[in-house]
Amino acid sequence: MLDVLTNVLQTTVLYATPLILTAIGGLYSERSGVVNIGLEGLMTIGAFTAAVVTLATHSPWVGLLAAVAAGVLMALPHAIASVTFRADQVVSGVAINFLALGVSVYLVKAMYDGAAQTPSVPETLKRLPIPGLDQIPVIGPALFNAFPTTYLAVIVVFLSYYILYKTPFGMRLRAVGEHPRAAETMGVNVFRMRYVAVLISGALASAGGAGLSIAIGSEFNETTVAGHGFISLAALIFGKWHPFGAFGAATFFGFAVSLALIGQIFGLTAYVPSEVLNMLPYILTILALAGFVGRAEAPAAIGKPYETGGR
Amino acid sequence: MNVVEMKGITKRFPGIVANDNIHLTVKEGEIHALLGENGAGKSTLMNILFGLYQPDEGEIRIKGEKVHVTGPSMAGKLGIGMVHQHFMLVDPFTVTENIILGSEPTIQGRIDREKAEREVQEISDRYGLRVDPRARIRDISVGMQQRVEILKTLYRGADILIFDEPTAVLSPQEIDELIEIMGNLVREGKTIIFITHKLKEIMRVCDSVTIIRRGKTIDTLQVKETDENRLASMMVGREVSFDVEKEQREPGETVLSIRDLRVADSRGADAVKGLDLEVRAGEIVGIAGVDGNGQTELLEAITGLRKTKSGRVRLNGKDITNLKPRSVTRSGVGHIPEDRHRRGLVLDFSIGENMVLQTYNLPPFAKGFRLQYSEIQEHAEKLVKEYDVRTPDIHTPARALSGGNQQKAVIAREVERDPDLLIAAQPTRGLDVGAIEFIHRRLIEQRDKGKAVLLMSLELDEVLKLSDRIAVIYEGKIAGWVDPSTAAEEEVGLLMAGGKSGAEVKS
Repeated sequence: MLDVLTNVLQTTVLYATPLILTAIGGLYSERSGVVNIGLEGLMTIGAFTAAVVTLATHSPWVGLLAAVAAGVLMALPHAIASVTFRADQVVSGVAINFLALGVSVYLVKAMYDGAAQTPSVPETLKRLPIPGLDQIPVIGPALFNAFPTTYLAVIVVFLSYYILYKTPFGMRLRAVGEHPRAAETMGVNVFRMRYVAVLISGALASAGGAGLSIAIGSEFNETTVAGHGFISLAALIFGKWHPFGAFGAATFFGFAVSLALIGQIFGLTAYVPSEVLNMLPYILTILALAGFVGRAEAPAAIGKPYETGGR
Repeated sequence: MNVVEMKGITKRFPGIVANDNIHLTVKEGEIHALLGENGAGKSTLMNILFGLYQPDEGEIRIKGEKVHVTGPSMAGKLGIGMVHQHFMLVDPFTVTENIILGSEPTIQGRIDREKAEREVQEISDRYGLRVDPRARIRDISVGMQQRVEILKTLYRGADILIFDEPTAVLSPQEIDELIEIMGNLVREGKTIIFITHKLKEIMRVCDSVTIIRRGKTIDTLQVKETDENRLASMMVGREVSFDVEKEQREPGETVLSIRDLRVADSRGADAVKGLDLEVRAGEIVGIAGVDGNGQTELLEAITGLRKTKSGRVRLNGKDITNLKPRSVTRSGVGHIPEDRHRRGLVLDFSIGENMVLQTYNLPPFAKGFRLQYSEIQEHAEKLVKEYDVRTPDIHTPARALSGGNQQKAVIAREVERDPDLLIAAQPTRGLDVGAIEFIHRRLIEQRDKGKAVLLMSLELDEVLKLSDRIAVIYEGKIAGWVDPSTAAEEEVGLLMAGGKSGAEVKS
């Protein structure tokens, strides 16, 4: 029985990690007032870059760093469109999703003789046991023998809380998302804050995507990301735009994602069709995105382009 | 010493010249009023001083030195602070967080909250502002929110404070407090520029006044050497009468009759609790009362915007209780709603389209399922002219008009439909003298044409001036009827506060 628990915990942690990173990424952007529906595309570019660069350099760490850089680059058009040109942020985000998927799949075909996926990546990130802690019964093997991205995700959560709620930078970022004009009259540069926030969200979401191709999986293809970006966005909303909330919600969604796998392992599929288990995270996502939860908690200026000196 | 000198300031926006060669000189330690109608260019001028807009022409001197105010942070460095009319406060943040935003004290990279709260408390005590540094903005009163705005400027060391129509959102008691605070500020050596169109307040607190009309400076005067009437005519550009001329008239048949009406508010609690009311043809019935005593719910129930719980509403003897708003409108009710932005206009529609909001689907504005734009435009042109709605043209979105002109548009539309009953809720809220005078004349005109007019206003002056009879509403019931020709203001005030009146005038 304890093995079962360990197994469930381990899969949950595994699947939650990319969601946590991406949701926290989305948090920066949305807290600054920029809707980021492009998380899906940012994850895609991250997964693609990580796989390709790791294959080329034989170092998953270089792959991860390259993914972060690619995410920043991919987020830039979203920032330019929605902040500088005050375009509709949802449309711009959707464009990022299409662009990222199109570019990645095309480049895979171009680079690997028309293949639909990258070759298998031999040097993926490896599980990193924390000596001592990993010996704790039940939770040790699940929580303290995880991929480095998992530890990174947890650090990012706590660090983000500190940044957003304890530093001037974080306070300004949140103010810009609530009442940009008030922030501007206090001398805060609204455009710069929003640019930085969107670029941070690109870096983190892309790191989340990298986890899918060089930690959980070991290749990149068209279906590697498969909605994880949208699930992360749902987790962000479910978690009421708060780092700990997003963390909890992403973990819960991670559990939902892992249910299908767990179901197979423990023969749950004898009672519930596996298709239903597979659908679960997406259904939860639709419910969250359709506004059944927590809309009232959204940053007040979210989705509204800002114009200096407007009448 | 002159702390602020603005010389020859000109600012153009597409289609209008908001400031046309304006001059303003403010002396150290005075309260200087900037007086003008809505849309006269006061706010534009102050936004230029505060660095939110750049002037097209002219120069600015602060404490004698020529400056270019490139933005709000530059203004801050020059010692200029602005208390905005629409508060610039982040709702979920605390008082302290709002005050320190943009210039946060830190300790090893993190915000030094304790130090900040201590400083806020100190400044608050020094000027008698009485704010709680730890309270959240969304939990505190409008008056306290305004004091937070004042604190924001003081925290940054401002010694020139711009107050943009600060009394518009305050209750009479809060206005008294604000005036006291302004006194404290001047005593501590601050200079105040007070933007307003309320003459009484200028006479009460200001030392000098600069009058602006249609983007131009008219004059700068010492308040001691002038009076309200003179200021009003300078502001509007012609003689203004504060008195309403109204002939005695015999009312006719009952038009609106309400019996034992009960209406719940949005939270489900009873707001109107068994109310009776009658309005006859050719009279204005005023509803006086403190905000939140069921006025809003009463009017919404009459106009079909809110379902009643029980009771009857009759118009010309016909039962109109709980009819749809459109049916109520068609049966002869005109409604000038309390909130013209939310209920009176579709702000992003053109003025022309706004003029046919109830009649767009009837001939001549529609033929079959097609709108007849030529008819709609012709209709709008006529109304805009007749009701003096100042707009570049009828295709301009309603949003772009000043409050007074928006309200004139609403009134034009409602009166033009020639309703038997005209309901006017807070018809002059936030408007300047010129517009108020115009609207009052129109309401009297309707009465004289034999229409029934139901006027709800929180301004007691207005109710006393216009009404033939006054119903004082208290906790969802009519607490008493008053005859405005004989009643004293105190008597009405007593009824409004729930006291009983000896002088009940039965209808």
